[in-house]
Amino acid sequence: MPPAPDLHMTAISGEAEASPVARFEIRYSRYLDESGKALRSLPDFARDKAELVALYKAMVLARAFDAKAMALQRTGRLGTFASALGQEAVAVGLAAAMRAEDLLLPSFREHGAQLWRGVSPYELFLFWGGDERGSAFSQSHDFPICVPVATHVPHAAGVALSFKLRHEPRVAVAVFGDGATSKGDVAEALNVAGAWRLPVVFVVNNNGWAISVPRVQQTAAETLAQKAIAAGIDGEQVDGNDVVAVREATGRALEKARRGGGPHLVEAITYRLGDHTTADDASRYRPDAEVSPHWAQDPIARLRRHLVDRDWWQKADEERLIAEAAATIEEAAGRYLATPPQPAETMFEYTYERLPQDLARQRERALGPAADTAG
Amino acid sequence: MPEINLVQAVNLALARAMAEDANVILLGEDIGVDGGVFRATEGLFERFGPERVLDTPLAENMIAGVSVGLASQGFRPVAEIQFTGFIHPTIDQLANHASRLRTRTRGRLTCPMVVRSPAGGGIRAIEHHSESVEAFFTNIPGLRVVIPSSPAHAYGLLLSAIRDPDPVVFLEPTRLYRAFREEVEDDGASLPLDRCFVLREGGDLTLVSWGGPLKETLAAAERLASEGVGAEVIDVATLKPLDGDTILASVAKTGRCVIVHEAPLTGGFGGEIAARLAEEGLTSLLAPVARVAGWDTVMPYARLEQHYLPSEARILAAARQALSYQ
Repeated sequence: MPPAPDLHMTAISGEAEASPVARFEIRYSRYLDESGKALRSLPDFARDKAELVALYKAMVLARAFDAKAMALQRTGRLGTFASALGQEAVAVGLAAAMRAEDLLLPSFREHGAQLWRGVSPYELFLFWGGDERGSAFSQSHDFPICVPVATHVPHAAGVALSFKLRHEPRVAVAVFGDGATSKGDVAEALNVAGAWRLPVVFVVNNNGWAISVPRVQQTAAETLAQKAIAAGIDGEQVDGNDVVAVREATGRALEKARRGGGPHLVEAITYRLGDHTTADDASRYRPDAEVSPHWAQDPIARLRRHLVDRDWWQKADEERLIAEAAATIEEAAGRYLATPPQPAETMFEYTYERLPQDLARQRERALGPAADTAG
Repeated sequence: MPEINLVQAVNLALARAMAEDANVILLGEDIGVDGGVFRATEGLFERFGPERVLDTPLAENMIAGVSVGLASQGFRPVAEIQFTGFIHPTIDQLANHASRLRTRTRGRLTCPMVVRSPAGGGIRAIEHHSESVEAFFTNIPGLRVVIPSSPAHAYGLLLSAIRDPDPVVFLEPTRLYRAFREEVEDDGASLPLDRCFVLREGGDLTLVSWGGPLKETLAAAERLASEGVGAEVIDVATLKPLDGDTILASVAKTGRCVIVHEAPLTGGFGGEIAARLAEEGLTSLLAPVARVAGWDTVMPYARLEQHYLPSEARILAAARQALSYQ
């Protein structure tokens, strides 16, 4: 790639006295306070009832999925699951800002974004239930959920590079957690995205905890957003429980990237109300007294109060929505539970495009008469 | 038809693949204007431009990860890792992503990428520049692991690797880069990635090797021939997936087998071949299977590397031991 055209080098002055050669600041923005009251003039999209209601519905659906997944896991009918309880505004806000042709590279707490972008709740249940078909999305070109922390962030740079090389006005969006920002993958991806001015938006879902390690132990940096600065990328913070703020900041970042303005990082500050996953017990390291106040920040209640205050949402609307979301999720869960596992030979079928002879023999052994006892 | 060396053959195959498919792009450190530290990409930046030959920031994990992203969108990235001592950061991307993208999305996304790297010792390089790391990769399902041993093989195998729909690790023996020349026709013809090559036929003993030490292995076979012993020499070339049949057929004929590789003995790929012979060829064996390999030591600095690398003498000693069984 040719060097980024606006790359500006600071000349060394040669003067004896040290003088500042770089300055930066990180801004934090929010639009709605916890009671749903607008703190400032709202962005254009938030003047449209339909847009705000759509955001609300998507967050409610994400939470309904979350609750059902937890219930299935607790009754032994789903595998380990990572709840996104309380973090719905991050996923829904960023997804709402994306265009269909953009490409999402999620971590494992973004089902609100995946559902918005055409992944079905049935597919999500399959994934969390231990079935690869859950990532064979029928209606989405997005990347699958990425379990190893931060390892998908360089993919976003590669996807963005492919858009840039083909001159397509598309943007890649990578979402990762606060813990991920300590990994080289993120530093390397930010760096190359800046150096090549790639159309990619990085969203940090900062929920305060990386399993048992709190944000303050993760890094001495005052913000995670400033990690972008070192790569020559703009970074900013938003209230991650304010879906309007997430939608606005990611939308602005996406349009900048789409216009060729290069990458951007949005640190969305939210809170992990639940355990890390169903395999975790947060009471071992996090007192309830820390968690309780964060319920007052609930992004769903916040937007509901805002809608109610504007007379855009009535009790009947709420009842209808809850029933619809439950029906959608129940139907998907039922379908998932009724789906038999894939045939064992599919293990072999997808390892390579063409099954090598060596592997074909292993398949014969796996499926042959001794299959029940063979290791 | 011109005679070229192995690194020129790599260059020729890259140019051919790039000319025939606009989705083939190269990325790596110093591969652009500089043409790569071994000159494997010399002239390609000038010919194909900065959007096809990308000098990357210095970060191997990122190079592999960006390649996965590109490959998922239909590009065919060919990444160069400058030396195998620096290839380890790519293992995360290769093991967790490149090799699994097809299966975890049930074929919705795929990863047709190649990671090339100069490999092995024998060029008196500084530390971390002489390792043989193929065994790390052969334990990763979904990868192909390919090691050429001649200019013609490098040309044909690299073309196959780039055209392959799945990820390939392509390890080029540095000490063969300029060791010899042979005629290579730039006809775009590829070589199969699922076949061992029989480089020399013989009925008394099978010598199995790949990459750099094939030089010493072939020399040992020549020496044995002068003594009236027919040694069959097999170049494994593609370690994964392994063409066990060619090796088993040879040992069925000769009854004796010596495996030669540069990587450390324990956990080296020779163990896999020996295991296959034990599982499927035991009744053919007239002598224990022997391995001549690098020692289980850290690769020594340049002054001692000849004591580490499998020598013709060590191969001959193992061969004579195998032949001594009646």
